[in-house]
Amino acid sequence: MAEIKVNCIRENCPVPLVETRKAIRKSAAGDIIEVTGTHPTSKREIPMAVKEMGLELLGVSEDSNGIWTIRIKR
Amino acid sequence: MAEKGKVTIVLHSGDMDKVYSALIIANGALSVGMEASIFFTFWGLQRLKKGALDKGPLSKMNMLGLGKTMVKQRMKAANVASLERLLTDFKELGGKILACDMTMEIMGIKKEDLREDLISDYCAVGTYIMEAKESTVNLFI
Repeated sequence: MAEIKVNCIRENCPVPLVETRKAIRKSAAGDIIEVTGTHPTSKREIPMAVKEMGLELLGVSEDSNGIWTIRIKR
Repeated sequence: MAEKGKVTIVLHSGDMDKVYSALIIANGALSVGMEASIFFTFWGLQRLKKGALDKGPLSKMNMLGLGKTMVKQRMKAANVASLERLLTDFKELGGKILACDMTMEIMGIKKEDLREDLISDYCAVGTYIMEAKESTVNLFI
């Protein structure tokens, strides 16, 4: 079971969503995918995509610098 | 019907901003697990010629390229991905590119003028409509 990190800091639409999907496709069942980014809308939309794909959303958090972290279980 | 839904786009325009719209929507669809196909026709097909992807004008306020230059600067400042990157991602995520063969004939475009490595099929309306028939979202851009 691997943990895959995806850095999307400063990336704009649609890159965080696309990079998340690319990482999910490369992952195996049980892997954890951790996406970090700053694009505000992606923080809302990546969880929507996770739900749509029937995957597990482990958590969404944001630090004081506006950098959010989304954890997904494949 | 594709189980998770499918987006089919007719890209008729070769304008830079509209090519952006098509690729962003298509990549969004692929990113939520849907299928996506883009049928490049007329001015849209010009953008599949080698080295031509970002060569289209702006659909409004192009001002002989001045407007386009300004928009490109703003895009760079906002760290917007290039069309090339979006197209590469589209292919990596399993998106399908269809090239209109009638446009090729009308405009004298040969296969070797196009980026053949990216193109899934050279076809006509029949293929497109069969793709569209099984789609949940269908756009003309």
